[in-house]
Amino acid sequence: MVNDRPRLPDGYVAFVKRDCPTCELIVPVLKQLADTNLLGAIYTQDDPSFPSLSVTKDDTSLKMSFLHEIETVPTLLKTKDGSETGRIVGWSKQEWGSFCDIEDLGPKDMRSYSPGCGSRNTDPDLQGELRKNFGEGVSSRIIDFASAEDEFEAMYDRGWSDGLPLIPPTIERVLAMLEGTSRQPEEVVGLAPPNLVTLTVEKIAINAVMAGCKPEYLPVVITALETACTDEFNMHGVLATTMPVGPVLFINGPIRKSLGMNSGMNLLGQGNRANSTIGRALQLTIRNVGGGRPAEIDRATHGSPAKYGLCFAEDEESSPWPSYSEDLGFSPSQNTVTLFPGEGPRLICDQLSRSPDELARSLASGLLGNAHPKLVMGFDCILIIGPEHASRFSEAGWSKDRVKEEIINCTVRETDELIRGAGGIAEGLPEAFAGTSLPKFRPEGGLIIVYGGGEAGLFSTIIGGWLSGPKGSQYQTREITP
Amino acid sequence: MTTSVLDPTAEEESENRVRIKRLTSINGATIGLLDISKPRGDIFLDTVQSLLENAGAKVLRFTKPTFSKPAPVDLRHEIATTCDAVIEALAD
Repeated sequence: MVNDRPRLPDGYVAFVKRDCPTCELIVPVLKQLADTNLLGAIYTQDDPSFPSLSVTKDDTSLKMSFLHEIETVPTLLKTKDGSETGRIVGWSKQEWGSFCDIEDLGPKDMRSYSPGCGSRNTDPDLQGELRKNFGEGVSSRIIDFASAEDEFEAMYDRGWSDGLPLIPPTIERVLAMLEGTSRQPEEVVGLAPPNLVTLTVEKIAINAVMAGCKPEYLPVVITALETACTDEFNMHGVLATTMPVGPVLFINGPIRKSLGMNSGMNLLGQGNRANSTIGRALQLTIRNVGGGRPAEIDRATHGSPAKYGLCFAEDEESSPWPSYSEDLGFSPSQNTVTLFPGEGPRLICDQLSRSPDELARSLASGLLGNAHPKLVMGFDCILIIGPEHASRFSEAGWSKDRVKEEIINCTVRETDELIRGAGGIAEGLPEAFAGTSLPKFRPEGGLIIVYGGGEAGLFSTIIGGWLSGPKGSQYQTREITP
Repeated sequence: MTTSVLDPTAEEESENRVRIKRLTSINGATIGLLDISKPRGDIFLDTVQSLLENAGAKVLRFTKPTFSKPAPVDLRHEIATTCDAVIEALAD
């Protein structure tokens, strides 16, 4: 994020501030170096008159300190042909002596060692301003709100909001957000549907700021958007459909903990910043960059609160089973995001089952309602098994694969009951499917099992999917890269 | 104090294109019928086809691979270069 470093005078160059006692201490040393014409410049960060020497230069703007990435004062650079060839920090008589190749550097009675202080350009409060003034910067259009405009109302007025307030994406905030990724601002992540607009890391960062993300969430948001923009996930269709679905995200790997994500009590609910803002950042990007707005390309009949952004983490630590990402072959140290075209969550309440067989039958009956009880195989589903339900299975020694298989087996129904008109209900499978039996979910991948939720409560939760497969949306898991 | 923010949108504007003139007559025109692959779209379009053919039109039928995704570029190009007009069928 730093430009090519500006040229320096040859010889030695020091960076100091008056506020640093070590810098005060070494003034005689700096004078000695200046008097012998070894010192080409002293850049002073807080007081242009300190030290009072002819080579002292004003760096109160911190430009040189920032661009040369000074972290400590004093710092002494050795320079040749305008560029740095070495640096030392703080004061050590011996180290400075050998660095400058001078045996009797400084007064004899001078303290031989003193650590330095923090360089002013490392002040956290100045980071945004410094990056704005001297960093590589960003290329998006800058919009100046009128002085009489309320900034929050101004963002609503411009149509950027999903209905909730937004954080103003100031340059400082966006630059700070971009620090969360190693990718360059101009890197293209994909084509944002529905308008198939070139989507850059910078535009994602702007929307992530507005959503309320912290910079460390940005890699998750970028990977989620990379996934959303694939033909397989088909964000265009997920957005445009009349059904109430949006991109549901769940996270696996150590990043869940480092971001402080909630995988336990109320994991699908309010109150956790990462859970609440990562999915929102994705949706705001689709809205603002892709142009996907409700009642325009988004044709949802009812929609769902999940379309503000639904993101949660799997509770890998308490789970009796390997994590979802481990099931897919990822290692426990890999971070992944899974994107699923899903509805809002719904409870399956079963407080009476004690054996795994009873509970498998019970959960299966709850899952039959996904999309419609007479429609099968076409809609995938996430089943979030709560800790108390999971213990019914794990205590009986059931693996996750077995749980899935048993549940799917319990959903098998005679298709004569499912065809159109059967049971006095017009909706159903075409007549051609009569005379056989089918499970509710396609056996390979139709039911995703994730572990999570609070310790108390004999509940599980389902998140119903949209049209599965190549004709609709194929849910996907990707490794999150920094 | 003035707040400056970065534009979160694509910074692009829709292109305006002039519509081609409406057909003055169906007779002799080539009309494309695009089935978007919704269930029973074919039933609707079969009826439209016979009505158009009775009125003297030549009908070409096209099908999108799936209703959930935009029509492929090649398909759009084929329709644009072979038809005088197109009717797109939603159904369910």
